[in-house]
Amino acid sequence: MALIEIKNVKKQYTSGDDVVEALRGVDISIDAGEFITIMGQSGSGKSTLLSVMGGMNHPTSGEVEMAGVQLYHLPGEKLADFRAQNLGFVFQSFHLISYLTALENVMLPLAIVKMGTPAKRSAARQALERVGLGGKLDRLPNQLSGGEQERVAIARAIVNNPHILLADEPTGNLDSKTSEEVMTLFRELNDAGQTVVMVTHNPENGSYSDRTISLKDGIIL
Amino acid sequence: MKLHTISINNLKRRKAKMAFLTIGLMVGIATIVTLVTLTRSMSNDIERKMDEFGANILVTPQHNGLAMNYGGISLGGVTFDQREIREEDLAKIKTITNHKNISAVSPKVLGGIKINGHDVLLVGVNFESELKMKQWWKVFGNEPKAEHDILLGSDASRVLNVSPGESLNIMGETFKVSGVLDQTGSQDDALVFASLSKVQKLLGKEGKISMAEVAALCSGCPIGDMVTQIAEKIPDAKVSAIQQVVEGRLKALDQFKRFSYAMAGVVVFIGSLIVFVTMMGSVNERTTEIGVFRAIGFRKSHIMRIILFEAAIVSLLAGILGYAAGMGGAKLALPFMAESRDAHLVWDTTVAFGSIGLALTLGLLASLYPALHASRMDPTEALRAL
Repeated sequence: MALIEIKNVKKQYTSGDDVVEALRGVDISIDAGEFITIMGQSGSGKSTLLSVMGGMNHPTSGEVEMAGVQLYHLPGEKLADFRAQNLGFVFQSFHLISYLTALENVMLPLAIVKMGTPAKRSAARQALERVGLGGKLDRLPNQLSGGEQERVAIARAIVNNPHILLADEPTGNLDSKTSEEVMTLFRELNDAGQTVVMVTHNPENGSYSDRTISLKDGIIL
Repeated sequence: MKLHTISINNLKRRKAKMAFLTIGLMVGIATIVTLVTLTRSMSNDIERKMDEFGANILVTPQHNGLAMNYGGISLGGVTFDQREIREEDLAKIKTITNHKNISAVSPKVLGGIKINGHDVLLVGVNFESELKMKQWWKVFGNEPKAEHDILLGSDASRVLNVSPGESLNIMGETFKVSGVLDQTGSQDDALVFASLSKVQKLLGKEGKISMAEVAALCSGCPIGDMVTQIAEKIPDAKVSAIQQVVEGRLKALDQFKRFSYAMAGVVVFIGSLIVFVTMMGSVNERTTEIGVFRAIGFRKSHIMRIILFEAAIVSLLAGILGYAAGMGGAKLALPFMAESRDAHLVWDTTVAFGSIGLALTLGLLASLYPALHASRMDPTEALRAL
């Protein structure tokens, strides 16, 4: 059984009198442990697809099933709970919290989990060691390089052992050498069993994944 | 890491913003504390003075006369069936229910006499209680001690042309002018004061008095009740309260109090607006951050808790600092505002807890909408990148 099942998902945005169709009937099935890259040009709908997959953007129609749960059928704040327990996000601009240290940023998803502070601290430290930042726990984001910030963002995304790691253009703001390091890190995480879905416009990144899905004008090619 | 850790770290690492927010609310709270404390301290000062000086109850003989007095000029009077108060009756004043409120009783015997060809009103007083009651008297020379010592009002001294240390013949007896009063602007300026017993003998009114002034400690005491209680004990006397002067002052103070509260209200409103605008600005500034919180699974209630906890810390700090600053301000301002130099600052736990509670309530109320606004942010909109 697939870990993620997306069936005929459509997403329309209304801008004044205009209706923009960002997704026009997308079907995807992703198995546990897969590393998928979704590629496409700007405006192809890849980021919209990722946000729909991440339970943050209600589709206009269609179904999104993840780990046997119909995401958009979840009542009230259960969708937020689902995100907290099952998903890890890596954003293009890292989006680290400027007033929290690397360790605190990684502990962030655990702030709403019932768990002792020492255990949270230990989990965050392990996640940072896993991305090679064990020695920079107490640095604030502005004291870290772009690549290091990206690694902190990845550590934050994996600290709660999510079923799926969703990454939106994770190398978009990095130089080529750092991009390679970050992609290698994603590969290593996937090799360790982590399901990864990554949106990218860089064809070189596709070589790190198991499968590439190409999107154009809201349709899978 | 708990939700409040996020709030605390935000405040710790954004000190300038926190200081601005705290100062905004603190100024409002400090203004309230200063104004409330000042008005209360001034009220207390006036009440205390009312207690210490000046009679507030007058005991005069019961009569069926009509005073003929207009614009401060006495035209004599028509009095019949005049009764007098027996000196021994005065002791009954100390037996009334509210006797503990009585600070001093000053009996007086009055009589018109001639000294060196001038018509003078001679007043027999108990100097000890009279000087206690009239603390504004300034005596040049010495306070009278012996039976033949007298005290002159400033006008009386001028008209009779005598100074402290000189002698004066009154009804065949020689008296020593021990002191002269500085001008008081009252009827005291024209009077000659001698000891009660001596004047009673001179006027042939042994055991009798013309009137008595009573000073009651009236901080919250029912002066009307005391008047009734004294009247019941001395049925032959007319007992009345002299309240108009003090009431006038209290009325002015009451107006000041209302003005203070209105001012404080405006300042607090501005303080709340500052908190509201700053919190709203802070929320808008943190759009991305809130988007991240929502994306990683924070509930709306979690976002609200973070914002409101920050507001609570700032408000609590503003309340404590505002109370301290307000009391400091009141302490500095009181000597200039109060009528007496030794006016005491009123330290009241109600004001302390009230100001901190008010700061907390205002801070939380002003932050409620920004917190709600933050919690309702769409994570996708907030992050935009997605």
